[in-house]
Amino acid sequence: MPKDGGIGASTKRREDVRFLTGKGRYTDDINIRGQAYAWFVRSEVAHGTLNKVDVSAAEAMPGVLKVFTAADFAGVGGIPCGWQVTDRFGKPMQEPKHPVLADGKVRHVGDPIAVVVAETLDQARDAAEAVEIDITELTPVLDMKAALQPDSPKVHEELTSNLCYDWGFVEENKAAVDEAFAKAAHVTTLELINNRLVANPMEPRVAVGDYESHSGNSTLYTTSQNPHVIRLLMGAFVLGIPESKLRVVAPDVGGGFGSKIYHYAEEAFVTFAAKTLGVPVKWTSTRSEAFISDAQGRDHVTKIQLALDGDNNFTALRTETYANMGAYLSTFAPSIPTWLHGTLMAGNYRTPLIYVNVKAVFTNTVPVDAYRGAGRPEATFQLERLVDKAARELGVDPVALRRQNFITPDQFPYQTPVAVVYDTGNYHATMDKLLEISDHAGFEARAAESKARGKLRGFGIAHYIEACGIAPSNLVGQLGARAGLYESATVRVNATGSISVFTGSHSHGQGHETSFAQVVAEMIGVDASQIEIVHGDTSNTPMGMGTYGSRSLAVGGSAIVKATNKIINKAKKIAAHLLEASEADIELKDGKFSVAGTDKSVDWTGVTLAAYVPHNYPLESMEPGLEETAFYDPSNFTYPSGAYGCEVEVDPETGKVQILAFSAADDFGNIVNPMIVEGQVQGGLAQGIGQALLENCVYDENGQLLSGSFMDYAMPRADDLPMFKVDHSCCTPCTHNPLGVKGCGEAGAIGSPPAVVNAVIDALHRAGRTDITHIDMPLTPSRVWAAMNA
Amino acid sequence: MAKVTMTVNGKSVTREVEGRTLLSAFLREGLNLTGTHVGCDTSQCGACTVHLDGKQVKSCTVFAVDAAGGDVRTIEGMANKDGTLSRLQQAFQDHHGLQCGFCTPGMVMAAAALLEQNPKPTESEVRHHLEGNICRCTGYHNIVKAVLAASGQDVGQIAAE
Repeated sequence: MPKDGGIGASTKRREDVRFLTGKGRYTDDINIRGQAYAWFVRSEVAHGTLNKVDVSAAEAMPGVLKVFTAADFAGVGGIPCGWQVTDRFGKPMQEPKHPVLADGKVRHVGDPIAVVVAETLDQARDAAEAVEIDITELTPVLDMKAALQPDSPKVHEELTSNLCYDWGFVEENKAAVDEAFAKAAHVTTLELINNRLVANPMEPRVAVGDYESHSGNSTLYTTSQNPHVIRLLMGAFVLGIPESKLRVVAPDVGGGFGSKIYHYAEEAFVTFAAKTLGVPVKWTSTRSEAFISDAQGRDHVTKIQLALDGDNNFTALRTETYANMGAYLSTFAPSIPTWLHGTLMAGNYRTPLIYVNVKAVFTNTVPVDAYRGAGRPEATFQLERLVDKAARELGVDPVALRRQNFITPDQFPYQTPVAVVYDTGNYHATMDKLLEISDHAGFEARAAESKARGKLRGFGIAHYIEACGIAPSNLVGQLGARAGLYESATVRVNATGSISVFTGSHSHGQGHETSFAQVVAEMIGVDASQIEIVHGDTSNTPMGMGTYGSRSLAVGGSAIVKATNKIINKAKKIAAHLLEASEADIELKDGKFSVAGTDKSVDWTGVTLAAYVPHNYPLESMEPGLEETAFYDPSNFTYPSGAYGCEVEVDPETGKVQILAFSAADDFGNIVNPMIVEGQVQGGLAQGIGQALLENCVYDENGQLLSGSFMDYAMPRADDLPMFKVDHSCCTPCTHNPLGVKGCGEAGAIGSPPAVVNAVIDALHRAGRTDITHIDMPLTPSRVWAAMNA
Repeated sequence: MAKVTMTVNGKSVTREVEGRTLLSAFLREGLNLTGTHVGCDTSQCGACTVHLDGKQVKSCTVFAVDAAGGDVRTIEGMANKDGTLSRLQQAFQDHHGLQCGFCTPGMVMAAAALLEQNPKPTESEVRHHLEGNICRCTGYHNIVKAVLAASGQDVGQIAAE
């Protein structure tokens, strides 16, 4: 019988009622009396010298309050980068300036040049047409390898080249890796592109700035995954506003997938303009604007090689990747192709020697940063494609080759050669589960049935590892993070027993208001309806780092557990006093405190009332009240893993790939709300399948974004996808956080792209086309057809 | 500016609008019915879907003046009279057919229109009908399940649990 509440129950989401009735409160739903509207004038060319911006005609237009340019921002800082990577020679990365508005040069289509603020949105938009801009176009830097040639134009004149960093990991292993390759019985090589993607949460970004002149307080309402991080970055590095004078609110946020982690120029702009003009200023991104101003994802060009001995054991792995940074360094951009990518290159395997080289390159394109999975999908894709290719070259079963090289259950905790220690996992179990739920045994019969209809059926497998619960602060500090990555929680028990939980995590679709309440309800034994989860406002939540990297439950949930334990400890002391018993004898069960072995008890509200009406209370030894704050800093990452299987049918006439079935067997450790976990996996799968078959961010030779709208950028739609089989019964709990949870938000997007591509290659091989060893994503009909007809 | 009158969720409303004002802006800014969302500028995403004279429309492609005299229904008008969730809304909650909630109003309006025309759609008919509504969170699995369940069909056999 499934539970109907607490940990492990598929509790229905409480936030749904407001979303289903149109009562959600998203940032664009916020209007402040007297607000003005901002319209950004953006560069229409990828690379150019900005000779002159004439705003005089625009400023004379009706309703215009002011047109801002770079000159207005002379006294403030630039947009900061939150991570400094050190290159393989021990030098810090090259870090260019990132002005709020373009200053002297434009570096990508969409780079903001000027901003019109007017009384109405239409007035601002009309006046933007009258801003006169004189640009001398320069040759755009687009191809990463060409960008590193000595004769390439430079994106940033103040840097020595377009190379951000040349990173080697583990540099000390390089010679040993090369030696292992020299001795290998077999080497498999694969060159591939991990296609650039646009995150495209359905809610475009919005920012509303407000300023209160009498107090000097600024408020920013913004579509953010981490309001405290925005307050810190914008307050300390851009505008010079102390935290006490700056409130950042991220109310209901309509999806993020990474793209709403970063501090963007528009946030700084509206905050600055509201103070300058003395009126609230609102900016709402259009979708077209989102395509040229939201940080994009992926965009790696990689060569990867695997060395095997005569018994098909993996002996070494080496990679060379070019990672596109775009025109500026977005908040966490440098960390994605390095610490979130190189450290995962062991995958689920015992490969003893690994060397990862990454060259991060500036180009005249929109900045690239984390997108769902962030570095880990890139690692998983190349590795799982490579292992599949190796199996085909060696004539062995791809499942068997994986199993042979998997880390075995008795080897945990497992120290990989790329710095991380996996605490738990059982990859043989997830692989077994996948084969079961996908009816792998029945595949041949299904393939025969497809063949009879003239279609090519294929089955592709991928096994992933990811590092989540980001991350131990002292470790990431050593790796270059300019922030700590703990999480916070305040648990405030009110006098009548209701509980308000203030979390530094942020929900933008994950359902924290439901699942976090389940955790506290389970611990105390009260009904979840007594518990309110508050997030998204720096004025009432403790300093937290927000939600990304599948960290909310593993890190934020752990902070809640820690704070709730403090509450329980204090409540037991109060109960002991009320029951005239020893604290050690007090037991808490189902919201009732009892003296062990007696029938003496006091209920939850008896204790909470005593805490706030302390007439009978040990005031000499304990403060009244019942409110506790905890900060939790994880001691390790968590390591979810899983086996994914994709079954496709390829139409040999058209090259169209249809996904017939997709199965996922994940190990997320313990699970609080299975319904929410399954939803996270299904959504991740859709994004990963989107990358594999549909989505592609394309720039032309002039640096113009060709896929700049939903007309051109193929988002997965309902009829592109099948029903998914999702299983999470394999469970090796995390050993170092109190809930034993691992995180599930990114898994689907990490594990699915290689499974899809492996399935298509399998279908083609079964049809005798063993010459086709790889097709770059997205596997559109034209690409598959071209490969088949090459 | 032109004066337009229409019925929205059963109430007659009159506002002055510019000729270029879209129905979506009229609902959001003019009537403060912010449940209708705008997720794109090319009429692709469907977040702004409402019913106009009983038909599903993307309110970002209709001028407010063109809806004059019309009968508009938005997500705010979808709950039962006593304020409880309608059968379709309840199915979305029961089957976890929403995550961030941004596409949800449009998704519910599109699904409601489908069920009015086709009370017992197949899975493939549901998917085809929802092609004009993009969801980035759910992978559609649970949305499809919710719509089938709202039509009274047994979804117990659909994978995932």
